[in-house]
Amino acid sequence: MTKKIKNLNLNFGPQHPAAHGVLRLILELDGEVVEKADPHIGLLHRGTEKLIENKTYMQAVPYFDRLDYVAPMNQEHAFALAIEKILKIEVPIRAQLIRVMFCEIGRILSHILNVTTQALDVGALTPSLWGFEERETLMTFYERASGSRLHANYFRAGGVHQDLPVGLEDDIAKFCDSFPKIINDLENLLTDNRIFKQRNVDIGIVTKDDALDYSFSGVMIRGSGVPWDIRKSQPYDCYNQLEFKIPVGKNGDCYDRYLCRIEEMKESVSIIKQCLAKMEKGPIKCFDGKITPPSKKEIKQSMEALIHHFKLFTEGYRVPKDEIYTAVEAPKGEFGVYLISDGSSKPYKCKIRAPGFSHLQSMDYLIKGHMLADVPAVLGSLDIVFGEVDR
Amino acid sequence: MKTLIDLEKKINSELASKINTTSIKHNQIYIEIDKEDLIDVTLFIKTNKDMKFRQLIDITVVDYPEQPQRFKVVYLFLSHEFNQRMILSYFITENEVISSLTSIFPSANWMEREVFDMYGVNFKDHPDLRRILTDYGFEGHPLRKDFPLTGHTEVRYNEEKKKVIKEPVKLEQNYRNFDYESPWEGTKYIKEQTDENDKKN
Repeated sequence: MTKKIKNLNLNFGPQHPAAHGVLRLILELDGEVVEKADPHIGLLHRGTEKLIENKTYMQAVPYFDRLDYVAPMNQEHAFALAIEKILKIEVPIRAQLIRVMFCEIGRILSHILNVTTQALDVGALTPSLWGFEERETLMTFYERASGSRLHANYFRAGGVHQDLPVGLEDDIAKFCDSFPKIINDLENLLTDNRIFKQRNVDIGIVTKDDALDYSFSGVMIRGSGVPWDIRKSQPYDCYNQLEFKIPVGKNGDCYDRYLCRIEEMKESVSIIKQCLAKMEKGPIKCFDGKITPPSKKEIKQSMEALIHHFKLFTEGYRVPKDEIYTAVEAPKGEFGVYLISDGSSKPYKCKIRAPGFSHLQSMDYLIKGHMLADVPAVLGSLDIVFGEVDR
Repeated sequence: MKTLIDLEKKINSELASKINTTSIKHNQIYIEIDKEDLIDVTLFIKTNKDMKFRQLIDITVVDYPEQPQRFKVVYLFLSHEFNQRMILSYFITENEVISSLTSIFPSANWMEREVFDMYGVNFKDHPDLRRILTDYGFEGHPLRKDFPLTGHTEVRYNEEKKKVIKEPVKLEQNYRNFDYESPWEGTKYIKEQTDENDKKN
């Protein structure tokens, strides 16, 4: 006698702690084996691109903080670089170092969150408690430089908004000395942990070819053994003056991606140290009064500065007609801005290329044939943040 | 190809009939083609051993409502091997259907769904052309220039019906879009006036 067995459809999310936000995943299950996964996204869609088209270039910056909200400044960087390339302006070295330093702080912020919450998804609670303490320290650095813990709005075309406050550099240096120990602690908890390995090794394997075909970038492509990092291959700002290594995985599974992230955090600490060592007093934005606002002191004394200030905060600066794609190596992968300017003070079109979007798309390919319990593990290692996937 | 100039030469010689214009700026190569040649050109640049544009970075559309060929479809490619980026584009009219790249790049799937959702451009041979970012049952294409920033409908919870309902947008204050452009640099209306005066004289 044959029995007819029907596949079970399971709705995972949108409100589920392991969905890392608002992912709705429709799973088709054969027993406990996943046959098909259909992610439904867009539950956090805010129309960022439409809003940016209706704002001046300076007003558009805060929208970038709200994309990948665990590493805000990395996004701002891409937008600032795009405008700078069109306007052909030089950024002073101190501003470049500050930006690179905060991008690396953002990378650590993002990787701590990812590594520890992935551990949480597969059953380890302690790493997240330890990791979040460090994140808090890093976010105070954000706050001291920009005034807010998360939505920094700090990078500008031509430099950064304001100089670092007194003492911040020393405190970041202190953090750089103490943080490697925390990474070691996390590694002690996870790297050789039997349960963590059982849940991650050989799960969600991506081959080299598939990583390319599915438009993977960042850790997702490096975990599969493709040595590709935009900081090295198409260096922006002062990355070409810094020395750092690019960790590359071998097997392309969740465990290799975890190891890559851990190594990247160590490299980031070394980059921050180099930035601090190179940092000298100097200007933090370009001198062009038509692009960067004058200081408060100048406004009080100079009529021209007053006019510039008024025009910059009403009309904004104009960007000549051009079309450009600029990408940066955000913690999650290649974050790009495709910008079309039409000579006015608002972008005509601003397409945001979010790494998470193409990573999440491959969910069906990654999870097919895995067990239901592997879904959170794979999802965790994709490093999804819905701010950027849904835009 | 080693440099972008070599690449431009090679593309122009090998694909001469299919390429309309090429240019190099910002260390990227910009290519304009015809809609019909998309599949051929993409296959060529992906497989050719001197190019190897193995990765499709993104697909997007730019809306120019005042032009007869309204939409500019843009494809961004990356070649890891030669460390080069290519921007491929072509123009289409509003109701034209274009071919899907999903057979060549599986990652085109969601990108094309997004373009369909945001601009209403239809794709031929796409395996699963549904809306992706907007709400279930959403109407209209939000990134078109003639779609208002506030949208057409808003949602709220209705206590009587015990469910979320859709209503036309009601704003307490209209969205205000000020004209900040410097009059001495010639805003639109000043330019129109001076042009008229010039004609009279």
